[in-house]
Amino acid sequence: MSDVMIEVDGLTKDYGSTRAVDQVSFSVRKGEVLGFLGPNGAGKSTTMKILTCFLSPTEGRAKVAGFDVFDQSLEVRQHIGYLPEDTPIYRDMTVVEFLAFAAAMRGMDPAKSPGRIKEIGVRCGLGDVAGKLVGELSKGYRQRVGLAQAMLHDPDILILDEPTSGLDPNQIVEIRSLIKEIGREKTVILSTHILPEVQATCSRILIISGGKLVADGTPDSLRAREKGGRYRVVVESNGVAKEAIRDRLAGLAGVARCEILSAEDGAHAFAIDAAASSDLRKPIFRAAVDNRWTLLELLRESASLEDVFRNLTTGDIAGEPGAESSVEKGKS
Amino acid sequence: MSPALVISRREIRTYFNSPVAYIVVTVFTILTGYLFFTQLFVEKQADMRAFFNIMPLLFMFMVPAITMRLLADEKASGTLELLITLPVRDWEVVVGKFLAAMALLCTALGLTLIFAITVRSLGPLDRGPAIGGYLGLVLMGGAYVAIGVMASSFTRNSIVSFIVAFAISFGLYLLGRLTQFLPQSWQGLVAFLSIDGHFENIGRGVIDTRDLVYYFSMIGVSLLVATLSLESRRWR
Repeated sequence: MSDVMIEVDGLTKDYGSTRAVDQVSFSVRKGEVLGFLGPNGAGKSTTMKILTCFLSPTEGRAKVAGFDVFDQSLEVRQHIGYLPEDTPIYRDMTVVEFLAFAAAMRGMDPAKSPGRIKEIGVRCGLGDVAGKLVGELSKGYRQRVGLAQAMLHDPDILILDEPTSGLDPNQIVEIRSLIKEIGREKTVILSTHILPEVQATCSRILIISGGKLVADGTPDSLRAREKGGRYRVVVESNGVAKEAIRDRLAGLAGVARCEILSAEDGAHAFAIDAAASSDLRKPIFRAAVDNRWTLLELLRESASLEDVFRNLTTGDIAGEPGAESSVEKGKS
Repeated sequence: MSPALVISRREIRTYFNSPVAYIVVTVFTILTGYLFFTQLFVEKQADMRAFFNIMPLLFMFMVPAITMRLLADEKASGTLELLITLPVRDWEVVVGKFLAAMALLCTALGLTLIFAITVRSLGPLDRGPAIGGYLGLVLMGGAYVAIGVMASSFTRNSIVSFIVAFAISFGLYLLGRLTQFLPQSWQGLVAFLSIDGHFENIGRGVIDTRDLVYYFSMIGVSLLVATLSLESRRWR
C-alpha cells in the first residue's frame, strides 16, 4: 500500500437541491493528523459520512486505505475507526458490553478481545465506568466510549467527527494528546470548529466553507497565506508631525496601509498592514534611523488562524481586505 | 460469529433488558390462556383449535409491537450510523433484527406449549394438527415479523412503524375475507396472497409446498425491501 491513505477526488454530494459538498479534492498521507475546519453546515460531517461509507457521493470518488468507498465499502470499513457526531451509542448497554459488541461485530478474536477492551478502556480513561450503562454516562464519558470503540481494532485510519465536543478542559487536553500520539503512526482526520484545537493537534488543515474546499495547508503555511500580517510601531517623533511620519511609513515598499493609533507625550503609535508576506521590520528600522526617529517599539503580529478562518469562510467579507489594501496602495 | 448473529444477540438482550419483552410475552400468554381455558372449562373441550384460530389476529397487534423499534429507533437515535459504519452488510443488519424478533416471538409461542401439554394430559392430543399448528405459527409469525422489520426500515418513528406494519398485515388478512366478493378468475390469486389461509392449511397437518413457498417468499421479499430501504440512503 502506498503512503496515501485517503484520496478524495471531485467529491460532490447533493441533498435534494442543496449541494452540501462541492467538488472537494484532497489526499491524506500516513502519519498525518488532518483537521477539518469549517463553520457549522459547511459539509464537514457529510464528507466524513461519505468517507465512512454511510452516505454515497453524488459525484466524484473517494478511496480510503486504497479501497473505493462505494465499490469496496466493507474493506474500507474494516480499515477505519469512526466516531460519529454526537456519539450515538446504545444506551441500554454497559460500557464493556458495548465495546464487546463492537469487537464481535469487527470479528475480533473472542479470546483476545477482553484484554484489548481493557487496554483501550484504560487508555481512554474508562476504568471507573466500565460497568455503567452508557445511557447514564455524562457526555464526556460517552465521548470517550465512542473513541474507545473507534480505536478498538487498532485501525489504520481514524475518522473523528468533533471528538472533543462536550469534554471538560482536562479531558480535552488528554484526548488531544491521545490523538497526537495515534497520529504518529496512523492517519487521523478530525473535524472541529474550535480553532485552538486544530493548532494543538493537527499537522495539516483543510478549511471547508459552503461545501467547497477553500484552504489546504499546515497551520503555519495558512497563517503565512494571510497576507503580510500586521506591525505595530511606536516612535518618538522628536518634534515631527505624526502625519508626516505616517506618510513616510506608508511610502515604504511593501506597506499596504499605515494608520495612526494614538499619540501621547511625543510618542506616536502606528499600525502598519503589509501588502505581501515580506518582512517589514528591516525597512521600518531603516526608516526610523534615516529620519532620526527614536524607535520605541516594533512588533510583528502574524495573522492568527482565526483571521484566516474568518476571511476564508465568510464569503462576502473575504474579498474586502484585499480590495481595500490594493486601493490604499495605489494611492500612496 | 457472523455480524447478523452478533446483532441479533444484542437485540435480544435489549428486549429482555427493557419491559418490552416481558409485557408482550405476558399479555400474549394471558390472552391466549384466557381463550384456551375458557374453551376448556366452559365448553368442556380440550383442543387447541380456538387458540390457533385467533393467532392471525393476535399476531397483527403483537408482532408490530415487537418489531416497531428495530430499525426506526436506530435511525431516530443515530445509532444506525455507528452500526452501519462497522464492517457489516446491510442485509446482515436486517437479518439480525429479524432473527431477534423471531427469538422473542418463539419464546412467547414456547410458553403456550403448556396448553398442548394440558390437552395431552386430559385426553389424546391430535398430534398432526398440533405440530402442524405450531409449525404454521412459526412460519406465519416469520411473515409478520418480516413485514414488521420492513415497516421499521421505512421510518424513524416507532409509532408510524407500528401502524404501517399493522396496516400491511391487516391488508393481507383482509384479502382472505374478500375472495367471495371477487370474480371467479381473481379468487385463486387473492386467496393465495392472504396471510392466514396457508396457516390454516398447515394447521390441518398437511404440509404443502405452496404454503411453505408463500411464507418463505413473504419473508424473503419483506427482508429484501427492508435491505433496499436501508441501502437507499446511499442512492441519493
